[in-house]
Amino acid sequence: MWRRIREIVRKEFRQALREPRMRAVLFGPPLIQLIIFGFAVNLDVQDSKIAWMDRDRTPASRELYEAFEGSPNFRVAAMPASAVEARELMDQGTVQAVVEVLPGFGRDIRRATTTSVQILVDGTNSNTASVVASYASRIVSSYANRVLAEQQQARLVGRTGAAGGPVNLDAPRLVVKSRVWFNEDLLSRNYFVPGVVVNIIALITLMLTAMAIVREKEIGTMEQLMVTPIRPLELIAGKTLPFAAVGMIDVVLITSAALLIFGVPFRGSFLLLLGCAALFLMTTLGVGLFISTISRTQQQAMMSSFFFFMPAFMLSGFAFPIRNMPEPVQYLTRLNPVRYFMEIVRGVFLKGVGTEALWPQMAALFLIGVTVLGLSVLRFHKRLD
Amino acid sequence: MSGMRRGLERTAAVARKEALHILRDPRSLIMALALPLLMLLLFGYALTLDVDRIPTLILDRDQTTQSRELIERFAGSRYFTILGEVQNYGEIEQRIDRDQCLLAVVVPADYSRNLLMNKEAEVQLIFDGSDSNTASIALGYADALTQSYAMELRQQAFNRRAGGRLDPPIETRLRVWYNSELKSRNYIVPGLIGVILMIIAALLTSLTIAREWEMGTIEQLLSTPLRAHELVLGKMAAYFALGLADMLIAMGVGVLVFGVPLRGSPLLVLATSCVFLVGALFWGIFLSAVARAQLLAYQLGMITSFLPAFLLSGFVFAIENMPVVVQAVTYIFPSRYFITGLKGVFLKGVGLEVLWLEFGLLAVYAAVIFLLATRKLTGKLA
Repeated sequence: MWRRIREIVRKEFRQALREPRMRAVLFGPPLIQLIIFGFAVNLDVQDSKIAWMDRDRTPASRELYEAFEGSPNFRVAAMPASAVEARELMDQGTVQAVVEVLPGFGRDIRRATTTSVQILVDGTNSNTASVVASYASRIVSSYANRVLAEQQQARLVGRTGAAGGPVNLDAPRLVVKSRVWFNEDLLSRNYFVPGVVVNIIALITLMLTAMAIVREKEIGTMEQLMVTPIRPLELIAGKTLPFAAVGMIDVVLITSAALLIFGVPFRGSFLLLLGCAALFLMTTLGVGLFISTISRTQQQAMMSSFFFFMPAFMLSGFAFPIRNMPEPVQYLTRLNPVRYFMEIVRGVFLKGVGTEALWPQMAALFLIGVTVLGLSVLRFHKRLD
Repeated sequence: MSGMRRGLERTAAVARKEALHILRDPRSLIMALALPLLMLLLFGYALTLDVDRIPTLILDRDQTTQSRELIERFAGSRYFTILGEVQNYGEIEQRIDRDQCLLAVVVPADYSRNLLMNKEAEVQLIFDGSDSNTASIALGYADALTQSYAMELRQQAFNRRAGGRLDPPIETRLRVWYNSELKSRNYIVPGLIGVILMIIAALLTSLTIAREWEMGTIEQLLSTPLRAHELVLGKMAAYFALGLADMLIAMGVGVLVFGVPLRGSPLLVLATSCVFLVGALFWGIFLSAVARAQLLAYQLGMITSFLPAFLLSGFVFAIENMPVVVQAVTYIFPSRYFITGLKGVFLKGVGLEVLWLEFGLLAVYAAVIFLLATRKLTGKLA
């Protein structure tokens, strides 16, 4: 029995690797995907272009301008003279926001009455918009804090009489010390690149298994295999093991490429990652095998795989946090193997955690894997008989 | 004259054959039509990048009225959900390792003493930075919250001492244009049309001619008087109808069910989609002619059509944030023009006066790819 499995595995490998184009399919696209994904998937907001519309033109408004110009988050890209011009800049998407200082700004600050700054934000991309809005408000409020301190000082000096000289205002001071763990520079690349590794492995093993098996059906070579003394289980093992091997090689390849190209931290154990990858491959190979039993053409297999992969990818927490989803959907994600592997990979890369923290995810993957693979094998078996 | 008519007849015959192929496979057809619904459902209900209810742990080593007042501020904000109090750093570490909390607020033992003595009182915030986007937004909220609390304390002290009142000097008036509730749904759904069209058009068609190669039926086609451009147009026609149906479903459901604003002209959306769809279909057929094997055609389709539409088009991930080289690369993919155009029409209500360049480029792209696909096939068939 082992000999026969070995023979099929050898045949599959030879078939898969014989053609240079096929070799390229197995290892090229994952790398290209890693590069596109790694560079494109980025939610950092830096260096946003803003328009500065100063209708006051006093030293006070000038100071606020410098606060914006000096911030690493903003670059003043235009100084529109009129509201129409500002509107055009926003319509064309040249700037992310318009900061407008109304006439009387400097006067109000001198008189210590409340004045205002108008900030117009392009909300088209809601995520960028919230980040831009919060950065801009922080700049204005830290400027306001400074102005308030000056005003208080001036008031006290006025009150304590003509003695003059600096008067120290004793007031409670609250200081916030923020510390960020695991991803100190808050680079979204460190979060997304490990996630990309998961998606690529899932997609390639799923599609390969489903399409390659259906291909044999489509061109009729499956029947030739069935008249040989090979037993169904041996056939299944022989057909899926090569893809498992390709998947494992891709894990190593893509992880190394991710570390080399993107310099993301890897703090955990590589062996643990490989072990969990093996658990995860059981689920994707199982689903691929299942799809192959329900598809007649490769087109069908592709569509079905896509139909499975799209929601699994979206509901894995890759970019959209599971915490934000409605509760019923959150429960649904517990059936999603991609979710568990995503948590494992991120935990191993960024947090360096081990089995003590990851055992629930590993157990879930194992359960899902055994169930899916078992069901698919049964179904495949029946089809062949 | 009659030669042209016969050409049209041959094209129609290929189209009919391809349509039959699609209709004979109801499951693929249903999936092709259900895909936009599934994506809309996901993006409409389940997926958002909005950050609120950040799970927060408290480590209060001070246990005074002052420290509790500060913690109350966090509890009262809709951005934070207090999970409970812990006794030491070890517990924080454990909970963060297990992804159970994102933020820990640590109040040191000397907090209230320093505060009452007008010394510097420190509060520590510990963030799990793994998800940098959520973490930086959370950092912004936490910062704003403590800053305004600090300003209040300062003002109270001042008012007590000086007996006077000072109003806050500057208030920020924030207005958001185009998507005033800042719903991620509103900016994702218009782009979704582009992504769906790419899946249907480029991925499905990329398999059709490759399939003929694999099955050997291309030989039969060779022996007929069918010309390359007739084959391309015929193969395309059936998938064009499918793509158009998908586009209408996505637009209709997006606007009617999910209330995504369509401020510009629906006709412009339709016209642009048609031009984009034609270009995408020709691209799929071109790949199909190059690859000859379905698996290879699929992989090429994935990398050159679906991924760029998903990642390099500004669909979810803003192009301005990418490295300059990658930004340059986005210009060669039509989805970039299509998706930025769609967002403009939907959210900003702009028309051809702003979008003429995008529209023109899409048309040029479609024409160029048609010529490429026909030439590739002529070369192969001859």
